[in-house]
Amino acid sequence: MPSPYGPKPEAAPPGLTAKLLGFCEELRSEGVAVGTSEILDAFSALEQVPWSSQDDFREALAATIAKSQEDRRLFELLFERWFFRAAEVEAIERGVAEAGQRHEGGERLDIDELREQIRQAIVEGNDGEMRDLARLAIAAFGRQEGSGVVGVDVQRIRRTLGLSAGAQQTAEDGAAELPPIDRDQLNRFERHLRRELERDLIERTSTLPPSRPLAELDRALPTNPTQDLAAVHRAVSQMKRRLATLGHEQRGRRQARTVDVRRTMRASLQTGGVPLYLRYRPKRPRRPEIYVLCDVSTSVTSASVFFLSVLHALHDSFRKLRSFVFIERISEVTEVFERERDFRQIAQRISSEGGVADVSGYTDYGRVWLEFLTEISEELDPRSTVIVLGDARTNGREPHAEVFAQISERAGRLFWLNPEPKLYWNYGDSVMAAYERYCDGAFECWTTRHLENFVNVVAGGIPAGD
Amino acid sequence: MAAGSVAEVKEALAGAGYLADESAALVSFLAQRLGKPVLVEGPAGVGKTELAKALSRATGRELIRLQCYEGLDEAKALYEWNYRKQLLRIQAGGESGWEDVHDDIFDKEFLLERPLMQAIASADPVVLLIDEIDKTDQEFEAMLLELLSDFQITIPELGQVSATTMPIVVLTSNNSRELTEALKRRCLYLWLDYPDLQREMEIVHLHAPELPETLNRRLVEVVGMIRALDLKKPPSIAESIDWARTLLLMGAEDIDRETFEQSMSIIVKHRTDIDLVAERVGMKLAESVRPQA
Repeated sequence: MPSPYGPKPEAAPPGLTAKLLGFCEELRSEGVAVGTSEILDAFSALEQVPWSSQDDFREALAATIAKSQEDRRLFELLFERWFFRAAEVEAIERGVAEAGQRHEGGERLDIDELREQIRQAIVEGNDGEMRDLARLAIAAFGRQEGSGVVGVDVQRIRRTLGLSAGAQQTAEDGAAELPPIDRDQLNRFERHLRRELERDLIERTSTLPPSRPLAELDRALPTNPTQDLAAVHRAVSQMKRRLATLGHEQRGRRQARTVDVRRTMRASLQTGGVPLYLRYRPKRPRRPEIYVLCDVSTSVTSASVFFLSVLHALHDSFRKLRSFVFIERISEVTEVFERERDFRQIAQRISSEGGVADVSGYTDYGRVWLEFLTEISEELDPRSTVIVLGDARTNGREPHAEVFAQISERAGRLFWLNPEPKLYWNYGDSVMAAYERYCDGAFECWTTRHLENFVNVVAGGIPAGD
Repeated sequence: MAAGSVAEVKEALAGAGYLADESAALVSFLAQRLGKPVLVEGPAGVGKTELAKALSRATGRELIRLQCYEGLDEAKALYEWNYRKQLLRIQAGGESGWEDVHDDIFDKEFLLERPLMQAIASADPVVLLIDEIDKTDQEFEAMLLELLSDFQITIPELGQVSATTMPIVVLTSNNSRELTEALKRRCLYLWLDYPDLQREMEIVHLHAPELPETLNRRLVEVVGMIRALDLKKPPSIAESIDWARTLLLMGAEDIDRETFEQSMSIIVKHRTDIDLVAERVGMKLAESVRPQA
């Protein structure tokens, strides 16, 4: 079909179709929904851009295939990997290698000068330059004593070059102050290093390392404090934005059921005073009072703190929010969240100031219920919602389910979130069944999706129990 | 604008006062070439709506805008029968038979065109902006599907109305809810984020050309610092521009603590945010000014 806009740019090289389909297959295996129509779109988009420009090529693909920010992130990761691997496979098959001139000049290079050049390139953010210099750096350092593990080598070279993020110390010989290095820029340089090292390794061994599926890391709740905090933060901010408008769609007129007489009368003017069309009163969102009790014993700490910080980020959606943490005793931490915004700081403060571990450091649910009830019972009323986050593992102590039942009676709603998959409930010392029957809902909660779903329930978005 | 290449699109957009980054230019280019709608997502105030306006200026097409809100229905988005006129017609033609009137009153003459219909029926090519699509409900999205994939609208009494000229369709979303897969599948996707330092400086320069280079850099750096904080409402690009103009009016030569505190309300508009920004950013400013004095 002749295009109305003149001749197409050069046709894509043979084999690209197969590569692209393979790429889409890979995306699907990582959970990106790529439909056939999207693949068709991708092909027609690629006809419009010169395929030889990598940026245009990637953007055109991304615009047609990755339809959310999350998908886009996966897309970037996979794109890099897939086409890099594809190129390398091709190179091995055809026996293309550049080993001859690859490391020439590396030994002759003055290290200080190289360091200066690299620093320069990083500050300027020039990708091509960085790649060339990464290769030089590998030649200078990596060749003779490579450990064979790419990640280790990258860090070793970086350290040898004395590169670190943030403000730079003044050079020892008292020379001019060096410009600070941006963390992102440094990461980019490290990526180039990694890439070149991998290429090197593939060339030497003539095989590709097996491809691994991406880690599920950012899709699951954090399970230990050392986990990637940036990923946690990303999850929180995304959820925050989504949940800030919580229940808004419910507020529309459509789902409401009370007739608004004034508006109905007004509308009836159009039909000669006959109220043909009923107008409804909008439904107000529920703004519950919330009491959160979080187990912060070592088995579930991070999930609880994460959960608490999400709730506090949503403070506006609730009329009143009080948080408690507990292990053997219970302690209120509402204030900590009002003062601190940083997830890491909060985790630290709770562990240092909470004062919840008594002697053994093992959770004592029974005692916690008793304490909670004495402290707060007058304030509980049918409008309040109590949320418990814990694994219900009593370590063999008395669960005091009857006290829990009293709490349930006084509070309007009582939910339990268990950071363990449902499969493990009631195994070992877990007494989930004893508590579950007093709850209005017990949910497993070990991914951000579970959590988001739950918060939606609490704020009245969707009915509990599904 | 014939949309010959990505570079040309970028240039044309710049000519219309919009400095597009690579991906925005490429997607605009693809939208014109492939005739597909563009779904633009991103935080508030990064120029999503502005992109559509700039496209309309750059292509010389008329901009038709549909602002979405809760409870928007087809009577306000697509078309409505002008029943008053229909009533008049029935009363005026009292002697003619029912058959005549019946055929007559469901005619184009009695159709009130709403934005979507206007865009489809327009004789000249237009840019259709469907703003904040995430504010509507899913039913409305479903209604858009026919329009977005085939550029046609079916009116039961009249039949199909198809577009004679391909409109450029831009949908924007603040990502406050997940849009349906069906809608996304029909669109090209563009994620707009806050621009990097260099580009934001260019944008501010474009809109406040009298602002000296050094002050511009300082301003963009401070705005960047504020965005890095966890605020309820981070400052948008438009607010950077407003701030630049304010600084010009104030005749400020540098952003020191005093100027900052006086003009902070231009970029930060939330009680708790103001406290936080004053504490975290205001402090740093004082330090950086002293060595100069």
